[in-house]
Amino acid sequence: MTPAGENPADPTTGMDPAGGSTGGRGRAGGGDGAGESGSGATAGKPTRAAGSRATGSRAAGKKTTTGRAKATPGSPRKATGARRATGRGQRTAPSRPRPRPHPLGVPRLDVDAMLDTERIIVCCGSGGVGKTTTAAALALRAAERGRRVVVLTIDPARRLAQSLGLTALDNNPREVAGVDPAAGGRLDAMMLDMKRTFDEIVLDHSTPERAEALLANPFYQSLSSSFAGTQEYMAMEKLGQLDASGSWDLIVVDTPPTRSALDFLDAPNRLGDFLDGRLLRLLLAPAKAGGRAYAKVIGASLGMFTRVITKVLGAQLLADVSQFVAALETMFGGFRARADETFRLLAAPGTSFVVVAAPEAAALREASYFVDRLDADGMPLAGLIVNRMHFCAASALTVERGLAAAENLTDHGEHPLAAAVLRIHADRARLAEREVRLRERFTSAHPDTALVEVEALSEDVHDLAGLREIGRALAGDERAAAAG
Amino acid sequence: MTGDDNAPAATAGPWDCRLHIVTGKGGTGKTTIAGALAVALATGGRRVLLTEVEGRQQIAQLFDTPPLPYRERKVASAPGGGEVFALAIDADEALLEYLEMFYNLRRAGRALGRIGAVDFATTVAPGVRDVLLTGKVKEAVNRPDGTRPSGLAYDAVVLDAPPTGRIARFLNVTAEVAGLARMGPIRAQADSVMAVLAPERAAVHLVTLLEEMPVQETVDGIRELREVGLPVGAVVVNMVRSPLLAPGDLDLARRGQLDREELATGIKETGIEPTEELISNLAWEAAQHAERVALETAQRAEIAALGRPVYEVPLLADGVDLGSLYRFAEMLRAQRMVA
Repeated sequence: MTPAGENPADPTTGMDPAGGSTGGRGRAGGGDGAGESGSGATAGKPTRAAGSRATGSRAAGKKTTTGRAKATPGSPRKATGARRATGRGQRTAPSRPRPRPHPLGVPRLDVDAMLDTERIIVCCGSGGVGKTTTAAALALRAAERGRRVVVLTIDPARRLAQSLGLTALDNNPREVAGVDPAAGGRLDAMMLDMKRTFDEIVLDHSTPERAEALLANPFYQSLSSSFAGTQEYMAMEKLGQLDASGSWDLIVVDTPPTRSALDFLDAPNRLGDFLDGRLLRLLLAPAKAGGRAYAKVIGASLGMFTRVITKVLGAQLLADVSQFVAALETMFGGFRARADETFRLLAAPGTSFVVVAAPEAAALREASYFVDRLDADGMPLAGLIVNRMHFCAASALTVERGLAAAENLTDHGEHPLAAAVLRIHADRARLAEREVRLRERFTSAHPDTALVEVEALSEDVHDLAGLREIGRALAGDERAAAAG
Repeated sequence: MTGDDNAPAATAGPWDCRLHIVTGKGGTGKTTIAGALAVALATGGRRVLLTEVEGRQQIAQLFDTPPLPYRERKVASAPGGGEVFALAIDADEALLEYLEMFYNLRRAGRALGRIGAVDFATTVAPGVRDVLLTGKVKEAVNRPDGTRPSGLAYDAVVLDAPPTGRIARFLNVTAEVAGLARMGPIRAQADSVMAVLAPERAAVHLVTLLEEMPVQETVDGIRELREVGLPVGAVVVNMVRSPLLAPGDLDLARRGQLDREELATGIKETGIEPTEELISNLAWEAAQHAERVALETAQRAEIAALGRPVYEVPLLADGVDLGSLYRFAEMLRAQRMVA
């Protein structure tokens, strides 16, 4: 794709956040330049107007979200800028065609309304779908629309991290340079250091001597740096801390690259269960006064349990675990309670989950599971972001016709350039068709889930300009299109 | 392909080791490549086991079969009488099996499962889970079978492993459990897993796309594997696009200077009306293609600099199905990734 900056006629470089909120709601000059895809473009428009947030369609019956769902429809804030009334230019540079219209009959995720009103946005999805980039783009857009935003990233790619000024992992939010402050917002970013977050919990809730003993415990060291679930748990812990500080209007959270998207919701509970669980209590019981009677009840199985654990893991580990849990227990009122608190924060009004996917079978399948799971847990789903869609510019020319034409030319040994370009088109059209089919499979199973499609970039994003452009595409901001 | 000449002869393909571990960044298609590699290895009458350890049932989806139980099951035939078996390894089941094998404790293990002890043991120490998973893989690699000519149950085992970012830690089990289990059976098990991961017996292949982030992760992954002394195998590049434009036109397309008149004349020849709109849109698509090719060329150079053998499979516009697995397997064989 051509970066916006390369296009001299592009009115979009240097975004003006204020313009977004003052712009008219309709789209002026909507008929120009649509050409062959004209029918699609006009048909697509009503869905945008009807695109109230997903939370709206998420049934008013859900007690957790009713209040919030009302706030968005009809919100005056729309970023469909009315400024692209310019005629078609005489440029030779390949201008980007208009973005594909939003799919008919599918609610559109109103990204700007979400960015303007929510307090927490959680981006989740399977690995490799552009989750971190999406989180950063959302955060930047919200900041440039005037909010004080912090983005909590888990494991950003190096160059993206650099663009956010995240050169060191210091577990504290830092202001991102280069953000347009015109609308009064700001953007801070931080990268999660899970061990340090865990250490901080220990230090904050304990006397120095106790903390020291705990930090030196080998089991604690292992748990805090590699327990399957610690990263997720600590991300949630950090989220709680950021929220409690009250320093930001909006917190955007990127979720850890879990083996399955579902792990993310389970992990905090799993750690909470584990640390606060029946078994650990049983394990500790004999060591405490009165534990003997307790132990008698479960007698045989506990004996066997201890034997097996000792056999498999060795006695030393068991001792470390006991010491760890005993130390932890005196320290604060149970991990369970903290995990529950985090869960409540996520389900509360003001939080939105955004599921990120790529137009691939596996990623969309995971997205589907995740949407169902959020629903089952009563978590507020805003919608689905399908990244990396390939849009087909010359959509009126079918795959078959393009290929037949290319073959015709090749057979006659004429016009190799046209033949090659037709093949490129056919390939792209076929890919685009497949992606739409995959996306439709998702929509037919989840007709009420709002979504937005984002076009594939030919390069990875690693600067604010790139993030800004993604933000515009996410919001359906027509100014992203360089259709001069 | 590209990297072969740079690689030290001793470590170049074809790879005939017993254990092939396939990793890659999420979204690069490592399961597809693992499946294709298993078919390629099985071609010519060999028996291969394909395993997964992340509980995602991706093998079943790839081979279009119902979810795999914790039992080896044949999922595909390969040309020349080969067989591909598959197994989804589950840590809890592996622990029960382990208890039975070493302590004759299977029934007791089931009882323990009811009070949560198995879950406890597999989550209490993160390394233990990985030791159990890799331990099961090791068992399959070493399993004897007197009825087969090789004397072994499987001629090769392919592991669809965790992603690149976690692979070194996942495989380096001895170090992982060192802090937790200084001795005892888990430690012994970890040591025997490491024995299977010796360079002459195993190779870790990395799947990547010709994109910045996956290539960067591949570079980092290879460094991490080398740091802990694990055997780095090949780099498999997935979803490669072939350049469709002539080299000169690629440059012109990127700069928006394609000969539009020539393009329009050619299009017209085919009976399609070359409107300005159509030509402009086609030029944009050609520019996208050229950008992509340029990016892939740059990334390919980074991969070549790693000095590992490189194998490539193409992007399929229609997506990957069972048939494409066989095509990919044939391509990997033609490129001599396997003999």
